[in-house]
Amino acid sequence: MKQREKLVEIRNLKQYFNAGKPSMVKAIDDISFDIYKGETLGLVGESGCGKSTTGRTIIRLYDATDGEVFFNGEDVHGTKSKAQLKDFNRKMQMIFQDPYASLNPRLKIADIIAEGIDIHGLAKNKEDRMQQVQNLLETVGLNREHANRYPHEFSGGQRQRIGIARALAVQPEFIIADEPISALDVSIQAQVVNLLKKLQIEHGLTYLFIAHDLSMVKYISDRIGVMYFGKLVELASSEELYKNPIHPYTQSLLSAIPAPDPYSERIRKRKVYNPNIHEYDEGEDLQMREVKPDHFVYCSEKEFKQYQTIHTK
Amino acid sequence: MENILEVKDLTISFHTFSGEVQAIRGVDFELKKGETLAIVGESSSGKSVTTKSIMRLLPPGNSEIKRGEILFNGKDLAKLSDKSMQKIRGKEISMIFQDPMTSLNPTMKIGKQIMEPIIKHQNMSKAEAKERAMDLLRLVGIPNAEERFGQYPHQFSGGMRQRVVIAIALACNPKVLIADEPTTALDVTIQAQILELMKDLQKKIDTSIIFITHDLGVVANVADRVAVMYGGKIVEIGTVDEIFYNPKHPYTWGLISSMPSLDSKDDELYAIPGTPPNLLHPPIGDAFAPRNEYAMQIDLEEQPPMFKVSETHYAATWLLHPDAPKVEPPLAVKKRMDQFQTWQEVK
Repeated sequence: MKQREKLVEIRNLKQYFNAGKPSMVKAIDDISFDIYKGETLGLVGESGCGKSTTGRTIIRLYDATDGEVFFNGEDVHGTKSKAQLKDFNRKMQMIFQDPYASLNPRLKIADIIAEGIDIHGLAKNKEDRMQQVQNLLETVGLNREHANRYPHEFSGGQRQRIGIARALAVQPEFIIADEPISALDVSIQAQVVNLLKKLQIEHGLTYLFIAHDLSMVKYISDRIGVMYFGKLVELASSEELYKNPIHPYTQSLLSAIPAPDPYSERIRKRKVYNPNIHEYDEGEDLQMREVKPDHFVYCSEKEFKQYQTIHTK
Repeated sequence: MENILEVKDLTISFHTFSGEVQAIRGVDFELKKGETLAIVGESSSGKSVTTKSIMRLLPPGNSEIKRGEILFNGKDLAKLSDKSMQKIRGKEISMIFQDPMTSLNPTMKIGKQIMEPIIKHQNMSKAEAKERAMDLLRLVGIPNAEERFGQYPHQFSGGMRQRVVIAIALACNPKVLIADEPTTALDVTIQAQILELMKDLQKKIDTSIIFITHDLGVVANVADRVAVMYGGKIVEIGTVDEIFYNPKHPYTWGLISSMPSLDSKDDELYAIPGTPPNLLHPPIGDAFAPRNEYAMQIDLEEQPPMFKVSETHYAATWLLHPDAPKVEPPLAVKKRMDQFQTWQEVK
């Protein structure tokens, strides 16, 4: 392993909605993980497992119920002056799932992309602003002439490129991509994924890639975290996670993906996850434990020993 | 096997303010008894319009079936009166829609929604229909059928709602079931359950299924045969093995190579360049030519006919013409072909 520098640290993050009421939802229930500089961390799980909430809480779209997020060693959720917040907002950007809903239909592309540039005063004058917008459009594979058009004139894949250009406009270090390709056609998905990879190398970006399409996640991510009901249940490098899933939920999730291969489909056996198999005692100490080097599983002390004997030989 | 449904030279246009959109441009296929035919293609390829026209669900105002026949039991559905179509729709041919959140009536109890087609098509009394609806709920794997019967759609999860939609579609033991992206809105684990359920039910009641999807993993799982659509046409059709292990059309090659395979991590994913054609002004030649790196001059001038590859496998590409130069398919496709060869030899 190369020497790795932590860019984002998430410590005991909790996000409860309707806290204190009977309808309380523990959307994120005490999760901790690190994101290293220059890597792509994939976050997968079923709808309602809290993966999008995690992304949105990290970037402060929601205020966390409890826990800390450190960005470059600085606490994101601590009280801050407006100037500090602004600076932080510049370094962390988001790409949204729905390219139709996330672009203001009444703004021209140039103004959508330049909104961040204006807020942060990154352009010297009007010409410079336009120049930056046009460069960004070319970076994401669109034409400079597109700057004067409106969102409805673009296809889904092109809009997602505009969303990416907007995120890049303020030269961020860290981008949270919340299901950026789920709404796109198969042939367009590959284009956008390739673009994200290219930009990562060119600009030294770090990604948190949230998705439920597991084959794409594996392709783009260096490491993958699996979430289940607000908990992070397993975290490992993407190769390792697919080859040796340890947590029974991860095993069931992986066994449910249909492969584009009729032969293997005929013999695939699906595993069903039953949360009761753990048989945890009341108050048992459950936490992320390192079963193999860099392979963490959410388990009890007893399970930890079992996993270790089975999986490390 | 006998054909239950035959679509011949179907051509459909939409009249819009900006002109005539030629959504379907001469589609031919047949559906055999008891089989699952998957139709794949991206948005605007015409896969949903094709199936909606079979159900006669296209908007009457601006859509027009310009040519072609949809033969079901010898009757041409394209020319049937609305009244006689009502006797077929939901009884002989029924449909499962993509979004279980919007295809159920939110103000009506689930039980009543399932009873509706039974009472309408099978002349049952209310009590009998209720009995049948309860059986259907159990058949599609909804626990506590008694209690669930009187609940509203919002009390069901996405996967459970899709089961209800399937129950409604199966209420009259249809001969043909059209499933339009039935699992796209669902999670992988729920998707797996629904696919297993559909395959299981197909065996029990011997229905033919047309399955529309853009997920090739799902296709590999459910399909007996596959039709690949592009720009309002079927560009390749064959058995599932032929399409996955011996594809002939460059668009199919592109689709297959643009998926990351689970065992190899290549440097760059193959992406089909460009965007789908605008069917307001469809190209003169092969609609895929502008995005096709194997395109030849003739592709820009003339549409390719369907070339026969085997008894069951046809593809519309000039590359199959005897005079065409021999080209190598992309690496990902070639790997599949080789792998298939070795499997065949082992067998």
